[in-house]
Amino acid sequence: MSASARMESPPATTDLRRALRTALPAVSLALVVAAIAWLNPRAISYFGFTLMLNLAIPIALATMAQMFVIAGNDLDLSIGTFVGFVCCVSATWLRDEPWLGAIALLGCVALYAALGALIYLRNLPSIVVTLGMSFVWQGLAILLLPKPGGKAPAWLQAIMGVKPPFVPFPIVAAALVAAVGYVVLMRSSYGAILRGSGGNAVAIERAGWSLLKAKAALFALAGTFGVLSGMALVGITTSADANIGNGYTLLSIAGVILGGGEFVGGKASPVGAVIGALTMAMAASPLLTFMRIPPDWQVAANGAILIIVLAARVLISRNGERR
Amino acid sequence: MAVRAPLTERPPAGGGALVDFQGLAKSYGAVRALDGVDFSVAAGECVGVVGHNGAGKSTLMHVLNGGVTPDRGHLVVAGEEQQAYSAARAKALGLRCVFQELSLCPNLTVAENARVLHPSIRGFGWRRKAGRLIVDKLDEIFPGHGVSDSDLVQDLSIGRRQMVEIARAFTVTELPARVVILDEPTSSLDAHTAGQLLRYVRRSVATGIGCALISHILGEVLEACDRIIVMRDGKVVAADAARRLSRAKLVAAMGGVAGDDSRAEAHAAARERAEAPVRVSVRPPGQKDETRLVAHEGEIVGLAGLAGHGQTDCLLATFDAAMRPRAGATVHGPVAMVAGDRVSDGVFPQWSISRNIGVRSLKALRSGPLISPRLEDALADSWRQRIKIRTPDVSHPILSLSGGNQQKALFARALASDAHVVLMDDPMRGVDFGTKLEVYDLIRAEARAGRTFLWYTTETEELKNCDRAYIFRNGAIVAELERHELTEERVIHSSFGGSSP
Amino acid sequence: MSAALRTALARPWIWSFIGAGVVWLAAVAFTGGYGAGGMLTAALSLAVFTVIVGIGQMFVITLGPGNVDLSLPANIGLASAVAMKTMAGDDSLVALGLAAALACGLAVGVANYVLIWALRIPPIIATLSASFIIQSVDISYGRGLQIKPPPGFADFTNVQLLGVPLLAILTALLAWVAHVALHRTIWGRSVMAIGQNIRAARLAGIKVEPVRFATYAFCGALGGLDGALLAGYFRGANVDIGNEYLLASIAVVVIGGTSVSGGNANVPGVWGGALFLVLLLTMLNTFGVSAGVRLLLTGLIIVAVITAAGGEKRTR
Repeated sequence: MSASARMESPPATTDLRRALRTALPAVSLALVVAAIAWLNPRAISYFGFTLMLNLAIPIALATMAQMFVIAGNDLDLSIGTFVGFVCCVSATWLRDEPWLGAIALLGCVALYAALGALIYLRNLPSIVVTLGMSFVWQGLAILLLPKPGGKAPAWLQAIMGVKPPFVPFPIVAAALVAAVGYVVLMRSSYGAILRGSGGNAVAIERAGWSLLKAKAALFALAGTFGVLSGMALVGITTSADANIGNGYTLLSIAGVILGGGEFVGGKASPVGAVIGALTMAMAASPLLTFMRIPPDWQVAANGAILIIVLAARVLISRNGERR
Repeated sequence: MAVRAPLTERPPAGGGALVDFQGLAKSYGAVRALDGVDFSVAAGECVGVVGHNGAGKSTLMHVLNGGVTPDRGHLVVAGEEQQAYSAARAKALGLRCVFQELSLCPNLTVAENARVLHPSIRGFGWRRKAGRLIVDKLDEIFPGHGVSDSDLVQDLSIGRRQMVEIARAFTVTELPARVVILDEPTSSLDAHTAGQLLRYVRRSVATGIGCALISHILGEVLEACDRIIVMRDGKVVAADAARRLSRAKLVAAMGGVAGDDSRAEAHAAARERAEAPVRVSVRPPGQKDETRLVAHEGEIVGLAGLAGHGQTDCLLATFDAAMRPRAGATVHGPVAMVAGDRVSDGVFPQWSISRNIGVRSLKALRSGPLISPRLEDALADSWRQRIKIRTPDVSHPILSLSGGNQQKALFARALASDAHVVLMDDPMRGVDFGTKLEVYDLIRAEARAGRTFLWYTTETEELKNCDRAYIFRNGAIVAELERHELTEERVIHSSFGGSSP
Repeated sequence: MSAALRTALARPWIWSFIGAGVVWLAAVAFTGGYGAGGMLTAALSLAVFTVIVGIGQMFVITLGPGNVDLSLPANIGLASAVAMKTMAGDDSLVALGLAAALACGLAVGVANYVLIWALRIPPIIATLSASFIIQSVDISYGRGLQIKPPPGFADFTNVQLLGVPLLAILTALLAWVAHVALHRTIWGRSVMAIGQNIRAARLAGIKVEPVRFATYAFCGALGGLDGALLAGYFRGANVDIGNEYLLASIAVVVIGGTSVSGGNANVPGVWGGALFLVLLLTMLNTFGVSAGVRLLLTGLIIVAVITAAGGEKRTR
C-alpha cells in the first residue's frame, strides 16, 4: 500500500475540495475587481472595463498558449518574444504583402509544432529549448523591425476596436477565448488524450496513442494562440516594436498558475487560465494606478499582488482540506 | 474461500489456442530474461503464471502484449503467425493487459480514462458513452464499487483505481477483448474485492475469453486457474492442470522451501516481551477511544485488516512522531521506514544500489566531515551478502535489479540504519516467495537482536511472523490478537466487524 | 574507440567543453590566429560571473522539477549597489562591503524560501514575485547612485597571473569545493535525493525543508557575491547589471549536463557551459554580426547543442 495514497476519506469531502479548487481563480478575480471598485467606483463601467482590460486580450491569448504547453508538463519561455515577432510580422508583411504575411504566420505555427516534435523525439528539456528559441524570435524580430514602426492592417484594428452593446469587448473576447480553449482541451475526445499525455504519458502510449502527435498538437495549439495574441496586440497598439511582448512570458506563466494550473501532472484549466490572465491584466496596471503607488514601487506592487493572491489561494485551499 | 465448484474433467470452452508463442527468447545484455519459453492460452481457459522475481514472468507478459520484441520465437495469435507484432497489433487482436504499475491518468476522469483505451469512442456524446461503458463493467465485476464515471482518478483510493483499471481491461467496443492478462491484479484489493474479481474471471472465461493470471498468492492461482505454469530463471520448469498441483508442489518447483512454521513458533516462545521496555505507543489518527498501538523492544507487531483502513496512516504517524513528538504518539529511538510502493516512495532511480542503501545512514558513513565512498560501498556489500541481493556489483544502478531485489535493497536501507524501530508498509507486495522467506528470517533475527518491527501486511499468512497483531477497521484498531489467536478466521472476522467466535 | 575515450565522452559535461573549444577555434580561424590567447583570457574573466551564479542555480535546479531561482538578476543588482555603498570607495572597507553583499544575497535567498515554504507557492512564481520586489528596493535604494568601487578592489577583480585571471582561479576553487559538497556532504546528497524522489527522501530520513532552505540561501548568497564582483569588474553598480545572468545561469547549468528535472548535477559542466556561452559571444563579435543576427545565432546554437546532447534516457 503506497504511503502516498492516503485516500481514505469519504467522497463528500473530495467533492467540496474539488469545488473550492475550481472556484479559486474566480475568487481571486473577484477580489481584484472588488478592490478596484472600492478605490475607484467609476472604473466599474463599460468604458472603465474597456480601458482597463484593453491589453487583456493579447495577454489572455498568450496565457492560453502557455496553458497548452504546461498541460503537457512543459514550459514555454519564448512566448513573449514570439508574440513580439508576430507583432512585427503583422505590422509589416501582413499589411504590405498579406499572402507573404499569412504564410509566415502559418509557418510559425508549423515551427512550433516541429519544436514540440523535436522536444519529444530527443526528450529535451523544454525550458532550455524555449530559452534558445526566445533568442531566435527576438533576433528575427530585430532583423525585421530594427526600430519600432510598421502599421497594423486596417482589418485587425477594426476587429480590436469593436464595441459590442452592454458587455465590453475585452470581456466578450476573453469569454470566447476561454470557450474555445475549454472545448478543445476539456470537452473534445482528443483533448482528453492531450491532457492524459501530461498526466501519465506511458499509459497513453501503451493504449496505442502517439505521444509524438500529442506533443506536436499541444505545441501547435500554443503556436496558434501565440500568433493570435501577436495579431491582437498589434491591432490594439497599431504599430509594432521588437521588444513589445517581452513581459508576456512571465505574465502568461503567472496567469496559468493563478488559474489553478500546475507544472506537473498535466493539470491546466483553460477557463482558469483566462481568468488568471484577466486578474494579472487588472492587477498589473489599473489597480496600481488607482492605489496611487509611486512609479518606483509599481514593479514591487506587481510582485506583491501575485504573492497576495497566491497566499489567499493557499489559505482557502488549506481550509478546504481541513473540513 | 471457494471460488468455484471443484473441477472434474473440463476441456476449455470453445477449444483452440487464442495465443500460442513458441520458443521465446529475450536477453538484456548478459541477462537472459526468457530462455526458450512456450506459452499458450486457449479460449475459455485461465492460465496461471507463478515464479521467483527475475523468473521472466513480466517479460513474458510484455512480449505477449507487444511491448517487448523477443529476440527469437514464433508468435501465433488467433491462428495467424505474427511477423510485425507490436502493442498496437496486440490491441487490435484483442489482447488486454493490466500491469502492476497502474496505467490510469490521474488527472482524467474515470470515463475519460475509458476513452483512452477505445479510440472508436468519439464525436458527440463520447463522454456519456465512455462513462456508461466503464460503469456497467464495474457493476458487473465489482458490485457495490462506489465509483462514479465523473470521478477524477487522482481522488480515488488505490484499491478503487485498481478496480477501474481491471474493469477497463474487460470493456469491449469495436475493439474486442479476447485475451486478458492480469499481472498481480489483487495486490491493492482487499479480500472481499479480490474474491469478486476471481469469480468474475471464472465467469468471463466460461464465455470464451482467455486469461493469463500472474499472482504470488498461490491460493488464488490454484483456485482460479485451469492450468498453471511455473517459471524460473527464464524457463518454464513446471506446467500442469491446476487440480493436479498444490501449494507445496508449486513452491518446490519455484525453488523455495515451504514456510517452516515451527521455527516461528519456537522463536516466539523464547522471549518475554512484557518485561521489555516500550518503544512505540501510538494512537492511530482515526481512533475515537484511547486504544493505542504499543510495541516493545524486540517485538514484531503486525497491522492487519482490510487494505486501506488506516494502517498506513498509523505507520506515518509513528514515523512523524519520531521526528517531532506529539500528543498521542511517543516513539523512543530512531525510526526507519520500508515503503511498499517502491517506485513512488522508495527507490532513487538515478543512484547506484550502494547509494540507495546508504542514504538512511549518511551520518554514520562519514569519515571526518565528508562521506566516505569506501565505507558506503562496504556497507552495501555486507548487506548484499546478508540479504542476498542478486547483483554482481553494488555500484550498478538500482534499476538494474529486478523488482524483488530492489525491495531487498530498500529493506537493507532500513536495517542498515541506526533505527531501533522499523516500520514496514506492506513491503512484500508483488515480491516472490523465495525472497519473502529470506526476508522473514532476517526480520526475526533482527528482532531477536532487539529491534522493533511494525509490520503492515495485507496477507494473513505473513502475520504468522508476528508476536501480536492489531486489526484495523475504518482507520481505528478494533482488535488486538496474540500470536496463538492469529488465525485467518479471526482476522477476517475482526476486519469485517464481527465479534470473535 | 578505446574504453578510456568512451568513458570520457560519456561524461555529461564533456560536450560543453568540446563546444567551447569548437567555438574558440572558429573565432581564431576567422582572425587568422590573431588574439587567440587574449580571447581565452577575456573569456575566462567573463565566464567567472556566470559560473558563480550557475553553481547556485545548479543546486536549486537539482532540488527537483519546478525549482529555479528567477530572482538572480534583481539579487545581483541590489547586491552590487549594497556593496558599492558600503565600500564607499575606500579600500579598507572592501571586506565589509563583500560581507554586506553576501548578507544581502543571503537575505534574498531566505526570503525566497520563506515564500515557497510558508505560502506554498511554486518556486518559479515565488522567486519571480520576489524579484519584482527586490527590483523596487534596488531602484529606490540605489537612486542616483554612481559610486565607484575602491581602486584596490577594482584592480583585484582584474588581476591576471600568467594570462589567467585571478578571479578565474578562485572561481575554479569554488567550483571544486561545490563539487565536493555535492557528492560528499550530507547536504549535497540530500539535494540529489530530493530531486530524484522527494517522498522517498522524506521516508529515508532526509530533512527536506532544512535542505531546501540551505540551498536557496546558498544560491542567494552566491548571487550577492556575484553582484559585488561585477560592480568591481565593471567599475560601478547599477540595477540592470545582472539582467543577462538569469538566462545565462540556467543555460550553463543545462548545457553542462545537469538534469533539469532534478536529482542529477555536475559542477564541471557549469564551467564548460559558461566558457561555451562567452566564447560563442566572442566568436559572433569577431565575425562582426549585427545584434539581430547575434541573437538569432545564439538561440539556434543553444537549441542545436541541447538537441545534439539529447535529454536523459527515458527510464521505460
